[in-house]
Amino acid sequence: MQILKLTCKNLRDKIAAGEIKSINAVSAVFEQIEKNDAKIGAYISTFKEQSFAKAKEVDEKIAAQKPVGALAGVPIAIKDNMCSTFGATTCGSKILQNFHSPYDATAVEKLLAADAVIVGKTNLDEFAMGSSTENSGIKQTVNPLDYSRVPGGSSGGSAAAVAAEMCFAALGSDTGGSIRQPAGFCGIAGLKPTYGRVSRYGLVAYGSSLDQIGPLTKNVEDCALILNVIAGHDEKDSTSIDEKIAPVQDWLATVNTKPQNFKIAVVPELFKGADSEVVAAVKNAIEFYKKNGAEIIEISMPHFDYAIATYYLIATAEASSNLARYDGVHYGHRSKNANDYIEVYSKSRDEGFGPEVKRRIMLGTYALSSGYYDAYYLKALKARNLIRGDFTAAFAKADYIIMPTSPTTAFKIGEKTNDPLQMYLSDIYTIAVNLAGVPAISVPCGNDNNLPIGLQIIAPAFEEAKLLQIARLFEISRP
Amino acid sequence: MAELDYKIIVGLEIHVQLATRTKMFCGCELVFAGEPNSRVCPVCLGLPGALPVMNKQAVEFAILTASALNCKIAKFTKWDRKSYYYPDLPKNYQISQYDLPVGENGFIEIPLADGQSKKIRIRRVHLEEDAGKNLHSGAFSQVDLNRAGMPLMEIVTEPDMNNPQEVATLAMELQRIVRFLGVSQADMQKGHMRFEPNVNVVIKKDGGEFKTPITEIKNLNSFKALEKGTAFEAKRQLNEFLERGEVMKSGNKKTFGWDDERGVTVLQREKEEAHDYRYFPDPDLVPVTVDEKWLTDIQSGCRELPLAMQKRFITDYSLNDYDAGVLTADKDTAGFFDEAVKAGGEPKRICNFITQTGLKISGEKNCRVSQLGISPQRLAELAKLVAGGTVNATAAAAIFEKMMQDDSEPQKIAESLNLIQKSDEGELAKIVDEILAANQDAVNEVKSDGKKSKKAQGFLMGQVMQRTKGTANPQVVAKIMNERLK
Amino acid sequence: MKNRGKTVITIDMDKQKITVERVKTVAKLARLNLNDAEISQFSAQLSDILQYIEKLNQLDTAGIEPLAHCLPVSNCLRDDIIKPSLGTEKTLSNAPDSDGQFFIVPKILDESGNL
Repeated sequence: MQILKLTCKNLRDKIAAGEIKSINAVSAVFEQIEKNDAKIGAYISTFKEQSFAKAKEVDEKIAAQKPVGALAGVPIAIKDNMCSTFGATTCGSKILQNFHSPYDATAVEKLLAADAVIVGKTNLDEFAMGSSTENSGIKQTVNPLDYSRVPGGSSGGSAAAVAAEMCFAALGSDTGGSIRQPAGFCGIAGLKPTYGRVSRYGLVAYGSSLDQIGPLTKNVEDCALILNVIAGHDEKDSTSIDEKIAPVQDWLATVNTKPQNFKIAVVPELFKGADSEVVAAVKNAIEFYKKNGAEIIEISMPHFDYAIATYYLIATAEASSNLARYDGVHYGHRSKNANDYIEVYSKSRDEGFGPEVKRRIMLGTYALSSGYYDAYYLKALKARNLIRGDFTAAFAKADYIIMPTSPTTAFKIGEKTNDPLQMYLSDIYTIAVNLAGVPAISVPCGNDNNLPIGLQIIAPAFEEAKLLQIARLFEISRP
Repeated sequence: MAELDYKIIVGLEIHVQLATRTKMFCGCELVFAGEPNSRVCPVCLGLPGALPVMNKQAVEFAILTASALNCKIAKFTKWDRKSYYYPDLPKNYQISQYDLPVGENGFIEIPLADGQSKKIRIRRVHLEEDAGKNLHSGAFSQVDLNRAGMPLMEIVTEPDMNNPQEVATLAMELQRIVRFLGVSQADMQKGHMRFEPNVNVVIKKDGGEFKTPITEIKNLNSFKALEKGTAFEAKRQLNEFLERGEVMKSGNKKTFGWDDERGVTVLQREKEEAHDYRYFPDPDLVPVTVDEKWLTDIQSGCRELPLAMQKRFITDYSLNDYDAGVLTADKDTAGFFDEAVKAGGEPKRICNFITQTGLKISGEKNCRVSQLGISPQRLAELAKLVAGGTVNATAAAAIFEKMMQDDSEPQKIAESLNLIQKSDEGELAKIVDEILAANQDAVNEVKSDGKKSKKAQGFLMGQVMQRTKGTANPQVVAKIMNERLK
Repeated sequence: MKNRGKTVITIDMDKQKITVERVKTVAKLARLNLNDAEISQFSAQLSDILQYIEKLNQLDTAGIEPLAHCLPVSNCLRDDIIKPSLGTEKTLSNAPDSDGQFFIVPKILDESGNL
């Protein structure tokens, strides 16, 4: 049996049943990492010794018939922007290359409490700012399906690690598409839950009002399993959802329920900007749903076109403030060339941050600066309200909205690095979802020249159960 | 300067450190002399990924204070980030409130020397987090973050004060209010209260009106420094105007530091570029909405302010200004006194119990008067015993101490301690006669009616009291003694 | 949220969106010690991006409330209960320079701290 082909859920079930030992799963994963990761570059750090120790502990518990967690013995990777007391937390940045967190992120605590084996921390665009993982200050990650192409980003390391079977699932974070787009580029499933569904405590902030942790997995069922483990209100995160408003559910228990009498909205004008193969694959998926009982309606989302402009003001404004703390005073890189304390700031930051991070800090600082606030930041907050209004209107008419995850398949490494605006525009389909705070998932829906195409399904806030069900339906019965 | 027609204009920015147990946005304990950097956590160290969560007590303290200062309380407030780089500010932004403070448009009434009072308008009351401390030693600076994230309440007045005395009076009145409400220890030396006056002068000269540039004064660590610093700065500005004709123009407000030793204000070094704080709503924190019920609950803690209570004690209870001031220094004491009087205790006598015995003991025990173990009702009963002549003042002090451990009626305690006042003339006459016989010298002194007569009489009274363990009714003893020594 | 002051800068569609001078000021505000090449590159790139962002001006946002939080959450308050701190050693464990008690920085000469 090829352990590495198993899904998270299958592996968990087999480990719990004593059919497979966790230690064998861990050892298969490390063999795979040692064989392939030098080329793929998915991991920034791995924890071999710790992983074997944890696997042994889980195996012993199971042998002794002691209770184990929902992810007992399953090798999982986390994006390296989640704080952990083991290893460094680099956030893909030179400025944090040697930063060792004295605390664990809530999502990390929850994985550990569920007896997952955290095998390593994955590469990302520096501070999660990017769509290709080319902005990492640490290393380059390539697409496991085509080494000349990007894995997507910013959770490119997590997507590549799952796609290359170097773990069974991974956590990523999604501020403007950073889970869904790399999942689409690497041919796996990626879920961005409702904003606030998963605690952000310990997730290194990029755009605080948009950031959300979620799973990248081999299939939709695994998304449900991981969401079960990481979701829930956290008293350490003021913006996490109150259980009274939206209680956590057993998404795994309902993921295989076939949805009945559902309506899907499509936005024809949005297909204009995508490659024809992408459009064809997404249209096929829509046809599939039609055959499976969905009513398809066409709607318009008049403010969708403003999402990128809105996003790049709000996210960068928040980022300019969130990243002010990296100053070489209390932790992180301090310039050796600083002659006074002002230079400790400006030189440490100049040496520690890469160009995309600097660009976004500059844009965000500008948008918030005196005299420009109303024209840029305030205007963007109002536009955000209009964009959310488009979603509210759409969900008054339909249960889901379907569109591509990205306008293209994975692009070539270096293709867009010199034109930041073109890179930003490639996030057209994913970004509005973060502005509205609603959940969305990307699942593979076809190929173009052997490169996967992502189908994006969007649901109203808190409706992860419905979202997972319809995605699962496609996954198990697609042509 | 005497002939010059001018007016000093002062507004105050006041930072009050709130007496919560923990910091504004994390559970670190508030300490004032702890090991450096010992009360720091991921949140107040500004570590990547750490998130703030509001301290409910701090929010309630701010609403309470704003209510006491007659402010309009916002039904909806939010948090904003104020950006600037400084080593004692780990996130390089301070969480504060920009456009929606907890309270706005209030006033504070301050007593003036002539017995009148003056209303100073309060522009706003808002909450924010404190920064840490930078200490300078040699070529380096040291940063301690124990203070970083402590809850601060900022109170801003309108420029309604016109002389340094008013500034100091406002400061003292505000100190009394926040102590009275129990929201701050308000110790200026410990930096619990920091006053920063914004001072300028309006001069009428040659038919024109001239305004000097507004300056801010920092490092004022006592009420005296506040008054002296404000006076010095106003005078300095007048001189600048007279010598160089300096008047207000746009640009950065200058900040002066008060040098207490030299008694002068010194211009502080600042970076050249203009401040641009880039305020924007903090996405990590959610808004605070204050509904009627919550507001009423909080405000039930401040129906009457100290100055109003002090005035009421003087008019209704015929206390003098000093006594009324001591009683209203803190809310607990004032409330305890008020209840004891309402339970039937004679005001002056209750006042004496509290100021002469109660505050002394509570000071030693470091607790409140209400926590001594005596209810206001029991204290009123004790006062009635004294008024009715059942026990005398000396015995009452002993009974008071016993009452702290024993909640029985004071009458019973007096009986058990054998402290019921002896008023029986026959019994007392016997004792007086014995004392007089044993102290012939003193008797002679009294009879001689000379310089030492009064003192000798006091000595004899003391002997009687000693013999009766303080239970003799002094009026009865005096009457008998007067008859014997005529 | 209320508007800050009356002056709203309207963006000029024709000119380069952000001048080199403005980029230098913003870099200073953001504490980034950019070199001349970076300054000129950022001026061009930010101008492009700002040019694109100007499409927001086509939106009529009169009467629209700014949306800072996309979900309705308020009053997430914490009881005033002491939680353990990290302690001095852990607090300083990532410090680039410390003396075991304090974070150490080169001497601070100005008084630009703001409280």
